[in-house]
Amino acid sequence: MAFFFQELVNGVTTGALYALVALGFSMVYGVLKLLNFAHGDLYMVGAFVGYFVIQWFGGPAALSIPVPLVLLIMFVLAALLVGFLGVAIERFAYRPLRNAPRIAPLITAIGISFFLENAALLLFGAQFRVYNTSEFISFSSGIQIGSVSIDAVQIMVLLMGLVLMVGLRLLVTRTKLGKQMRAVASDREAAEMLGINVNLTIAATFFLGSALAGVAGVMAGLLFNQVTNMIGFVAGLKAFTAAVVGGIGSLPGAMLGGLLIGIAESFITGYVSSTYTNLLIFGLLIAVMLARPTGLFGRPQLRKV
Amino acid sequence: MLPPTRGPDIGVPVPALPPEALAAEAARPAGERQADAAQEGGPQVGADEWVARRAQRHEYLPSWLGSAQRAAERVGWWPRLAIAGLAGVVLPLFGLGGFQLQVGIDSLVIALLAVGLNIVVGWTGMLDLGYVAFFGFGAYAFALLSSAQVGSHGIHLPSLLSIPIVIIATGILGLLVGLPSRRLIGDYLAIVTLFFGEAFVEFTNNVAPGVLGGPNGIVGIDTVHAFGHQISSNEGYYYLLVVLLVATMAVLRLLDTSRTGRAWRAVREDPLAAGSMTVPVDRVKLMAFAFGAAVAGLAGTIFAAQQISVFPTDFDTPILIVVYAALVLGGAGSIAGAATGALLVYVIYDGLLRSPTYSGYMFYGLILLTLLARLRPWRRLALVLAGTVAFGFVAHAVAQAISHTWVAGAPQSTGSVGAALRDWVIVPANAQTPGKFGFVLLVCLLIALVQVKGIWRTVLLVPTLYVASFTWETVLIANPSVTRQLMIGAILIVMMNARPQGLLGTRRVEVPT
Amino acid sequence: MTTEPAQPPSGEQPGQDAQPTPVADGPVLSLSKMSLSFGGLRALTELDLAVNDCEIVSMIGPNGAGKTTVFNVITGVYRPSSGDVRFAGHAIAGHPPHTIAQLGIARTFQTLRLFMNMSVLENVMAATYGHTRATPVESILRLPWARREEREARALAEEVLSFFGQRLAGYRWDQPAYSLSYANRRRLEIARALATKPRVLLLDEPAAGMNPAETHEITELIGRLRDERRLAILVIEHDMHVVAGCSDRVVALDHGVKIAEGGFDEVANHPAVVEAYMGRDPEALAESG
Repeated sequence: MAFFFQELVNGVTTGALYALVALGFSMVYGVLKLLNFAHGDLYMVGAFVGYFVIQWFGGPAALSIPVPLVLLIMFVLAALLVGFLGVAIERFAYRPLRNAPRIAPLITAIGISFFLENAALLLFGAQFRVYNTSEFISFSSGIQIGSVSIDAVQIMVLLMGLVLMVGLRLLVTRTKLGKQMRAVASDREAAEMLGINVNLTIAATFFLGSALAGVAGVMAGLLFNQVTNMIGFVAGLKAFTAAVVGGIGSLPGAMLGGLLIGIAESFITGYVSSTYTNLLIFGLLIAVMLARPTGLFGRPQLRKV
Repeated sequence: MLPPTRGPDIGVPVPALPPEALAAEAARPAGERQADAAQEGGPQVGADEWVARRAQRHEYLPSWLGSAQRAAERVGWWPRLAIAGLAGVVLPLFGLGGFQLQVGIDSLVIALLAVGLNIVVGWTGMLDLGYVAFFGFGAYAFALLSSAQVGSHGIHLPSLLSIPIVIIATGILGLLVGLPSRRLIGDYLAIVTLFFGEAFVEFTNNVAPGVLGGPNGIVGIDTVHAFGHQISSNEGYYYLLVVLLVATMAVLRLLDTSRTGRAWRAVREDPLAAGSMTVPVDRVKLMAFAFGAAVAGLAGTIFAAQQISVFPTDFDTPILIVVYAALVLGGAGSIAGAATGALLVYVIYDGLLRSPTYSGYMFYGLILLTLLARLRPWRRLALVLAGTVAFGFVAHAVAQAISHTWVAGAPQSTGSVGAALRDWVIVPANAQTPGKFGFVLLVCLLIALVQVKGIWRTVLLVPTLYVASFTWETVLIANPSVTRQLMIGAILIVMMNARPQGLLGTRRVEVPT
Repeated sequence: MTTEPAQPPSGEQPGQDAQPTPVADGPVLSLSKMSLSFGGLRALTELDLAVNDCEIVSMIGPNGAGKTTVFNVITGVYRPSSGDVRFAGHAIAGHPPHTIAQLGIARTFQTLRLFMNMSVLENVMAATYGHTRATPVESILRLPWARREEREARALAEEVLSFFGQRLAGYRWDQPAYSLSYANRRRLEIARALATKPRVLLLDEPAAGMNPAETHEITELIGRLRDERRLAILVIEHDMHVVAGCSDRVVALDHGVKIAEGGFDEVANHPAVVEAYMGRDPEALAESG
């Protein structure tokens, strides 16, 4: 039983991670109707940013400034850098294709994903970079509920994830920018004619979505320790699964989907075997897509013929 | 000559063409009908014919490439295929041997894949991101049927049996995978097929290792054999592939010009309208999947036979992306485009892995070709080249003056290219780190190049070319396997933005619905 | 245009069916008690509509009245919530669009849905799919009967295009559809519909965006379609010149409900129709309290 809850906790934690990536992915799809295949690779860039911040301040075992400060810098820097990278990608690769048939930006996104993965390989090499989180955040710090232990990193991930998700929801539903985002997502032309600066709104959406992915990347580094150029690919696939299962374009759906995928992954690895995890997750996606093509929360699009 | 369609008569009710006039019209060859238009008082803006001719002019490649295209078009499709096939057959006689033959074989396999993918993506407009799984299925199926893997002695079906069986089986698999396409539109289909592709790799890696071999794959596959002879040399496989590619292209051309091809293209244009015009859209989509998969299955069998082994990693995402890059570069929607794109992409992709001299020729050659094709007038081209050369020598001298270690390294390009560059390009002693910065700088410069216009673009071209050479000599050649992937990614990004119809494709007009 | 029955064409034209067997009794196309709702929006309510062979019925009504929705229901794009659609006696509600098209109902679209990147001839030949039988393999092998079928399809396409005289003739056959002028595109769409060998033709705002001269031409063309091709035609139109010029009968819709039916003059002056288009007369409103 304890095993069950432990796996559940682990699952929810990874789920929060996937949810953050899926959120950014869904946001971008909402405004641009584009499946940004490069989104997972933005998460990878964030992880690398976090790694280099640690190195800059002396390495995991000998940090020259207090740990909370390092963490803050890691998250903020990752959010900013990856956010701007996302904006740059949108500006130079996707914007010229705004009115092109859907296939064009999709293929461009694949190209960018591939390019990012290999650029990282070129710049950072093939060896795994390790965060060595335990060196500066000890495993023993955390809480214990019965025989279920939740370590400090997991707590931090859960809290941050929660804060970010709530914050994003508030932003989308309560702020002017959020309203603009929803308008552009609903009907771009009409939004433009109503005076909304569509380019700016889309850029802001990309910034937010990418920043979330960057933050998730740092979290991944802290949680999973190892960072390499391909982590974005697999995480991206799982984030797609999450966003699509939840209903692409729907933010609550992305959050729910992320949690579901995280928990499913945890349980399958724990109870079945890690060899089949990915296979079963993919199978799950295909099954959901066939049963409910628009996902759990997605709204079927009605188009005037 | 038909009555005028412009002037005061327009608007007057027009009767149908009487049968004799219709028969006369129909009997004329298309070229003659085209010529009529020119007689109607010359090009007139807004008139149908002027629009069509202008669109046609824009489709052709720039400068001399375009003239070559127009000349080729006059020849006719079937003669072109025959010439290409002949060229392919004759090529090895020019002393192609060793690894060059292997590159030829691999590029022909990729060409086959691209031509098959064209059915699904180019003609029917569906994005199948799991296409490489059909390739893998074909290869594995052939491996299982033609090796010692299954049962105590293994099945060693004769190739004349196993190849058709695999083709049909892969086609059926394509049908099954295509079933979701009925309910899923565009993006969703892309995701599901992507996952299918990933699932295939996972499956062959992890499931039933006793039969499928796990990560170690299946080895000891029979070669292609029939009537007592077997193909065991690279030459043999090369010729076999040329024949198969030509045959497949012929078959697809026959399909394209039939009701099936029209149905595929109609479904791509507007599925709703196609359905309302008696085209069974779902069935047509399934046919596209099935045929595309069948072609991939064929490619898989020959691949497995030639490699004598199959591994899960042979069918992973990088290969899929190479095939897509081939299709995008060559031109989706065009059989010749798919094949040409594949040959171009793969020769460069693989050639980059070979000797640094070879890749040096290719890199600089490609840059020069692009400049030649795009930079007009010749004066401007000469200016840019001269400027870059001068810039280089100056930069090199400055760097040398600052510190000897800055130029202590040697260009990675060997041979005559390297020798020529020695005093021109800055190559520091420990080239890796500066090279990486150079890479980042190069990307920024390229982006800037796209943004600026006019004289600034010409000016910016000079440092960009230099930094490109710098990055190439320091870090890109040193990591050929990464560089070639970068090139593939760049092809996808650049082509979609600059020339989405590819080199040989037809520019599409999309009407937003 | 008068409603006297047309003379049958003097000679058999290729691709033209022999005189269609008239239904023993009743209209060739009929909707009875047709209702359709999109979620909470009632698009059509208990609609009754009938079209006979060799008849032109016009549907008029303000925007949003549900006219195109009627077309979509007939052609199988939407499934009705309740009610019947009968074509030549068979119930066709719920069948997929391509089956209905093959049975003999063809349409054009309000927003023009051509196969833009295919040539004019290919656009029309694509519509012959349902009446040809060659499988892919048979097409590849170019079997004699498959080749003959292809030749016949091409002849049908050419004949259908010739209906429009020199407008869509000659060099235009090989031009991509996007190079056509707007009026020619509309004609091409009609030609494409004709290639499906229909018995009923649904024209959705065929004169939209046309100048008076072209409008006059299209009015005359619709009449010719009924007379020379012996079609039952249902036309949605806003341009009253077209409606007055070619209709045998007019049906008026508003908010998914039929509000009037009859000859043009009768319907045009019907108080409910006037109100639907113009709103209620404020003086009359004040008077009635």
